Amino acid sequence: MPSLTMIEAIRDAMDVMMARDERVVTFGQDVGRFGGVFRCTDGLQRKYGSSRCFDTPISESGIVGVAVGMGAYGLRPVAEIQFADYMYPAYDQLVSEAARLRFRSAGEFSAPIVVRMPCGGGIFGAQTHSQSPEALFTHVAGLKTVIPSNPHDAKGLLIAAIEDDDPVMFLEPKRIYNGPFDGHHDRPIVPWSKHELSETPEGYYTVPIGKAVVRRQGSDVSILAYGTMVHVVEAACQSVGVDAEIIDLRSLVPLDVDTIVRSVTKTGRCLIVHEATRTSGFGAELSALIQERCFYHLEAPVVRVTGWDTPYPHAQEWDYFPSPDRVGRALTRLMGS
Amino acid sequence: MSGGPLTLHVPEPQPCFGKAADSSRLHLSEAGQVRRPAVDVEAAEIRDLAYALIRVLDDGARAAGPWSGACTIEQLRAGLRAMLKTRAYDTRMTMLQRQRKTSFYMQCTGEEAISCGFQPALQSGDMNFPTYRQQGLLIAQDWPVIDMMCQVLSNEKDRMKGRQLPVFYSARGAGFFSISGNLATQYVQAVGWAMASAMRGERSVAAAWIGEGATAENDFHAALVFASVYRPPVVLNVVNNQWAISTAQSVAGGESATFAARAHGYGIPALRVDGNDYLAVHAAASWAVERARKNLGPTLIEWVTHRAAPHSTSDDPSKYRAPEDQTAWPLGDPVDRLKDHLIGLGGWSEARHVQLKAELDEEISVASKAAQGYGTLVEGSKCSPASMFDDVYKLMPPHLREQRQELGF
Ligand SMILES: Cc1ncc(C[n+]2csc(CCOP(=O)(O)OP(=O)(O)O)c2C)c(N)n1
Repeated sequence: MPSLTMIEAIRDAMDVMMARDERVVTFGQDVGRFGGVFRCTDGLQRKYGSSRCFDTPISESGIVGVAVGMGAYGLRPVAEIQFADYMYPAYDQLVSEAARLRFRSAGEFSAPIVVRMPCGGGIFGAQTHSQSPEALFTHVAGLKTVIPSNPHDAKGLLIAAIEDDDPVMFLEPKRIYNGPFDGHHDRPIVPWSKHELSETPEGYYTVPIGKAVVRRQGSDVSILAYGTMVHVVEAACQSVGVDAEIIDLRSLVPLDVDTIVRSVTKTGRCLIVHEATRTSGFGAELSALIQERCFYHLEAPVVRVTGWDTPYPHAQEWDYFPSPDRVGRALTRLMGS
Repeated sequence: MSGGPLTLHVPEPQPCFGKAADSSRLHLSEAGQVRRPAVDVEAAEIRDLAYALIRVLDDGARAAGPWSGACTIEQLRAGLRAMLKTRAYDTRMTMLQRQRKTSFYMQCTGEEAISCGFQPALQSGDMNFPTYRQQGLLIAQDWPVIDMMCQVLSNEKDRMKGRQLPVFYSARGAGFFSISGNLATQYVQAVGWAMASAMRGERSVAAAWIGEGATAENDFHAALVFASVYRPPVVLNVVNNQWAISTAQSVAGGESATFAARAHGYGIPALRVDGNDYLAVHAAASWAVERARKNLGPTLIEWVTHRAAPHSTSDDPSKYRAPEDQTAWPLGDPVDRLKDHLIGLGGWSEARHVQLKAELDEEISVASKAAQGYGTLVEGSKCSPASMFDDVYKLMPPHLREQRQELGF
């Protein structure tokens, strides 16, 4: 199996689907001729022509709005928003339109679109190139939201998202585009080729939306994470020496409740880690769910490690980013209680 | 009409000014040819100006026509100095980024005449709502470059406390609104500021800034419709530098109409101006600001220019931009053109030019060393991490206080 970076895996997923299905098209700012500022669509315009892969004007509401129209027509649009931080002008098209079209037309029309967007920090991008807005999508009935943490899942999930008949928000943690990142920003960069999950089957395969995966079996505590934080959590567990069960959620809506409940029921402890701000973050949903389903198995209160409730700063990036150290301290506290 | 199947029109992404078709899209006019209407003109009477180009300096750097004569030699020398200083500043800051002393930088190379020529048309109390490419607005009013540098370096003297990406300045005292990063949002805010000035019966004017690429955003169109309805004192600037990262102005709609022409859909008067001609910039800016100040309402100005540098330090234009794009650009370099004009007037010389450049390089270098003395993104002191919990709200709510404690402060 070839070893791919996250970028190559995402590109490969679109390539596979554009070759299989003429209805698949992709567009966004700088996506066509240049191949995207992160190069995720590089070569697709040359291969499939400029009416299937093209540059758009700088209008996110336009990008998502035309995607909805194309999707309703019968195409399978994959729209790129250059940074998740620039999703907001498109929010009305997502929330009021893409998410509800099937419901309000009783199935007469639907929006089978994928909206891809790089998210998360760790690149000194400050407040406008670092945000993790997943909870703004998971709160909206009618949208699905997925976040891969490695090339293998990125490709399989993107193919599943393109095939899905509902709108899927596809969040790409940009800090792990070129290599896994465990939060140790002062250590040398590790390339994906050194990581087993960069091994990506050739051609078509899917990673089902709605299925989490247990990255590490363990008995002391269950850790729920997704995206970059999966790698941070792995590093933290190693340094603290806790026998944790690490669950990579991959799909936030729909959520793999069974896998979560099975694990927390077994370990009796749960740590939730995300980079997004804390208040009303997705961790709050997870925490409530565990309280509802696992209350009598819990040996300690559920703990969250998240981004602070502030905009993402520039110079203080590493004080903001939930570090392996912070995760480790939370784990130690959780094991002691 | 063809009976065949429909096809999608996708604009040619690559302009090449050497080709007749692309050059005709620039709607060039001869220097001195375009009339100068009275400031109280109605939009409908100047629709043609949206498809012409106001130019004062001809190819021999001589001034001609009704838009000339607005500047004294002293003012022109100050303009040249501001442009050269902006260029020296950009060069030095790009170097600091290359040396990894900061994360990011954006130059305005080739576009200096626009902000440097516009700023002198404003007065104290007016407010610019800039993009990241209008550093000249600050430099032209001699705002201390060290203050800007400290922001770029995110150090302990950065008034933005290390929060913002480099170049996202804020300088209320200089009439320079905080830069957002989310394109186009400032455009409609400028209209609101101008409405407030009118609502309070005051005399200050707002200047909105946007790149041609970002005119596609909803906020641009909202700004135009509000400006059309309430006629507030605002100058709506569109800097058409031909490029939006890798996409040419055709992808922003420049193939079908000029950006100036959009104003006419809203009944707003528009000018289209050679943005690489300092004299034309200054004259057109003064015209529009005078209209605003006289309660005659908004003006949209499309400044036609050319992004000579990469989009930012994260960008590699060799991947999308042909070398001819640079060489075939017909409107020259704003610094060279003003320099040649001043020499022609007898008010400047090659030797003085070389000397001024050296002086400015030295001034920037001294300031840069001083700024680095207050720290850089990677070394020395910077604002405490505790400060990131400040200013989220005016008064820190308990949950933020708790989180700050958790961080150890
Ligand atoms: C809402 C939003 N969408 C996308 C971006 C990413 N972006 C930053 S600059 C840029 C190009 C802007 O081009 P233009 O408006 O022509 O200005 P120029 O950079 O040429 O001065 C893009 C797409 C952004 N900052 N904000």
